Amino acid sequence: MAVGLSAARLTRLRAVPWRWVGLALALVAVLAVPIVVIGAGVLRPAGPSWDHVAGTLLPAYVGNTVILVLGVGVLALVLGVGAAWLVTMTRFPGHRFFSWALVLPLAVPAYMAAYTWAGMLDVTGPVQRLVRTVVPGMSDAFLQWNVMRIEAVVVIFAVVLYPYVFLLSRTLLERRSGSVLESARLLGRSGWSVFFRVGVPLVRPAMAGGVALVLMEVLNDYGAVKYYGVPTFTTGIFRAWFTLGDVDTAIRLSGILMLIVLVLLVLERWQRGDARYSDAGASRFTARYPLRGWRAAGAVAFCATPLVLGFALPVAQLLAWSGRSAGTVVDAGFLVLSLNSFGLAAAAGGLAVAVAVVLAYAARIERGRLTAAATKLALLGYSVPGAVIAVGVLVAVLALDRTVLPGAATLLTATVLALLFAYLVRFMAVAFLSVESGFERVGESVRMASRTAGASPLRTLARVELPLLKGALGAAGILVFVDVLKELPLTLILRPFNFDTLATRAFQLATDEQLAASAPSALMVILTATAVLVVLHRVLANGETG
Amino acid sequence: MSAANPARVLSVEGVAKRFGEVPAVRELGLEARDGEIHAVVGRSGCGKSTLLRLIAGLEVPDAGTVRIGDRLVAGGGAWVPPERRGVGMVFQDFGLFPHFTVLENVMYGLADRARPERESRAAEVLRLVSLDGLGGRYPHQLSGGQQQRVALARALAPEPALLLLDEPFSNLDTALKRELRRELGEVLRRAGITTILVVHDAEDVLDLADRVTVMRDGAVLQAGRPGELYESPRDAYVARIFGDANIVECRVVSGGVTTPLGTVECAVGGAPGETVRACIRPEDVQVSRDGPGRPATVRVVAGAGRSVLLELDDGHGTVTARAPEGADLSAGDRVFARVPAACVRLFPGG
Repeated sequence: MAVGLSAARLTRLRAVPWRWVGLALALVAVLAVPIVVIGAGVLRPAGPSWDHVAGTLLPAYVGNTVILVLGVGVLALVLGVGAAWLVTMTRFPGHRFFSWALVLPLAVPAYMAAYTWAGMLDVTGPVQRLVRTVVPGMSDAFLQWNVMRIEAVVVIFAVVLYPYVFLLSRTLLERRSGSVLESARLLGRSGWSVFFRVGVPLVRPAMAGGVALVLMEVLNDYGAVKYYGVPTFTTGIFRAWFTLGDVDTAIRLSGILMLIVLVLLVLERWQRGDARYSDAGASRFTARYPLRGWRAAGAVAFCATPLVLGFALPVAQLLAWSGRSAGTVVDAGFLVLSLNSFGLAAAAGGLAVAVAVVLAYAARIERGRLTAAATKLALLGYSVPGAVIAVGVLVAVLALDRTVLPGAATLLTATVLALLFAYLVRFMAVAFLSVESGFERVGESVRMASRTAGASPLRTLARVELPLLKGALGAAGILVFVDVLKELPLTLILRPFNFDTLATRAFQLATDEQLAASAPSALMVILTATAVLVVLHRVLANGETG
Repeated sequence: MSAANPARVLSVEGVAKRFGEVPAVRELGLEARDGEIHAVVGRSGCGKSTLLRLIAGLEVPDAGTVRIGDRLVAGGGAWVPPERRGVGMVFQDFGLFPHFTVLENVMYGLADRARPERESRAAEVLRLVSLDGLGGRYPHQLSGGQQQRVALARALAPEPALLLLDEPFSNLDTALKRELRRELGEVLRRAGITTILVVHDAEDVLDLADRVTVMRDGAVLQAGRPGELYESPRDAYVARIFGDANIVECRVVSGGVTTPLGTVECAVGGAPGETVRACIRPEDVQVSRDGPGRPATVRVVAGAGRSVLLELDDGHGTVTARAPEGADLSAGDRVFARVPAACVRLFPGG
């Protein structure tokens, strides 16, 4: 019997597609390096400036982070869930338009919205000028009201990030609305009562998932808080690394930030429980509550406010500034910036898709828990702030340089290789989830059919799976492309000397108070992201109806 | 059953497979000889599809061995991946490659042959399944029945030693099914290929299969020729899988048993007074208006007057029966019912 058992185990071991599993595990191991470096680095002795940071700065970092997380979380929830309910469950002028347009603020990076708003509300900005013209006697106290405060940052984050909550809630409401909500109405519940008693519990998983995404973006942000002078962990990491030159303190701050993210992830998982975002019971024939008079006006105002604040006004202002500065700014240098940005984004997108295909495919043909579990590690990067990943990559590169590969640091930091690698770590989940859902849609029977027809796993992938995955691969690449285009903190830390992208140049010019000059770069990023968002949305909508 | 039988194409011995805590297949054995059409029958979830996947190499057994011909392909420390087993498989949803034409689908498994040979072989199998002329179409341009034949042609093209069919009749409507059963039988006989096919309805394979294995809860319940299983089912499960059945309790008396339809003479193992169970097929129940037999009342007439539910007098319960030709029975009619001794199929287990 003992012989039989070991023979069975031997069979199982031989049946594992080791080439694929090995390749996948190796990729995961490499992708996990920056995160492991930070995790392990927390245990190292504190850096020389740690006492100073912990004593005088850390309380502010923690306090500001708490205000941002709570403020943005609540505001994004109200905006996202409220708007999702209005566009799916009620009828008012423009509900169809808002249903897709409310996603648009996702195209605006928070830091760009932040400095654009600062410019608009500045003493010399259009808002104050307007106020002064219309009400000449307005007191100086109001006119000198300073926008550079944490409350403003909270609002700005909320109006550009609420779409995460909105999208997930809208999806849930669209899929489940039919019978559940209609039976609540038939049982005599009023609109508000149905919203709170049935609707809110229904979208609870979307609320948790959406807010988690929003808060990860908040914790990831460097540009907005830096511009508004609100010290947080990311600005602390930059300060420790660049100003104080204290690597260990940067690592420790990164570690604490990662811990906060981890707590968020655990809370989200706990809150979501067993609930899933998808449900088969789709219904196209949901009766909407007709809203009339002041109710309709209220609905329009509720939906228009975040759209105007988070998208329309910033874009309009950037257009105006660009009109003023385009003549001098858009030159050969601008072309180089664009090429840098688009080239990096395309390369990262392609690489991420390739790695995601290997990981997803290996997990599928191994069918065990090994690869699937390992893959989770590779996806963790999406929740880890870019600055933390950047520090992890730099520390890893420096260690590599000191030990096995002298010269590695020069090679990696002088070229975009380290930057590309960091993008892979940060955005692997974006590519993976899209590729994975593609595999899901293709199903397993064509793969099995190919194998029994005599094709190896590699031939099966090349001839059958990849051609059928084309759409998913394209979507995955494009999503990573846009994320890389918008990325700021990681790029700021890891870019080679004298190498700029649209995002870093826009931010630096803005920080130097050259807002008009920064506008064309910002606009280029936002318009590209908007186009992609609109196209993807169109494609997805068609896919669902077709 | 001797291990040295040269005509044995497949032998599965002591195979077990569990998914997490749930055993899908346990201690299972199965053999198929050259040219045989072997049906594996069982309700959904009995492990029959898992068995097929274990044979194809799409699952790895936890214990036991699988041999194809003389080659050990799984278990005993060995593993041959699906692409090198020489097994063709037709999937329940066909698994056709949607981006390939019919011809390209069929040629897919012939990668190791020269181009002209691939084309001539593909044309040959397409002719075999009566799809010649449709090679240039894409799968979505074909009917369900045609798609299945493409899948069959693709599986047959590389001349596998063994063909596996997973629920070949489940994705087709009833009208198509009957025709397809006949066609499939013809194609398989013409190809002369050893076939294992998995179905949940034994009626689909009564005319088609040379041997039938009935599975339940991951184990073999009974195996034999279809007629054998129909005539002497081992228990109620097998009896019901092979058509409608009245499962009745009988009391052992000397020289026979007392059924709800009267006492019949037969050889029976138990002592008088014990209870045994038996199967009585509805078509074996003889119903008449004036006897002989046990008095009963017609309760339900179904199947356009062809099937009746009888309630037997004196609390003997109910049985279903085939209504006699031209009897024109209706609910409430008084009738008599009896069963010939040869048609009472006692279950060996009691």
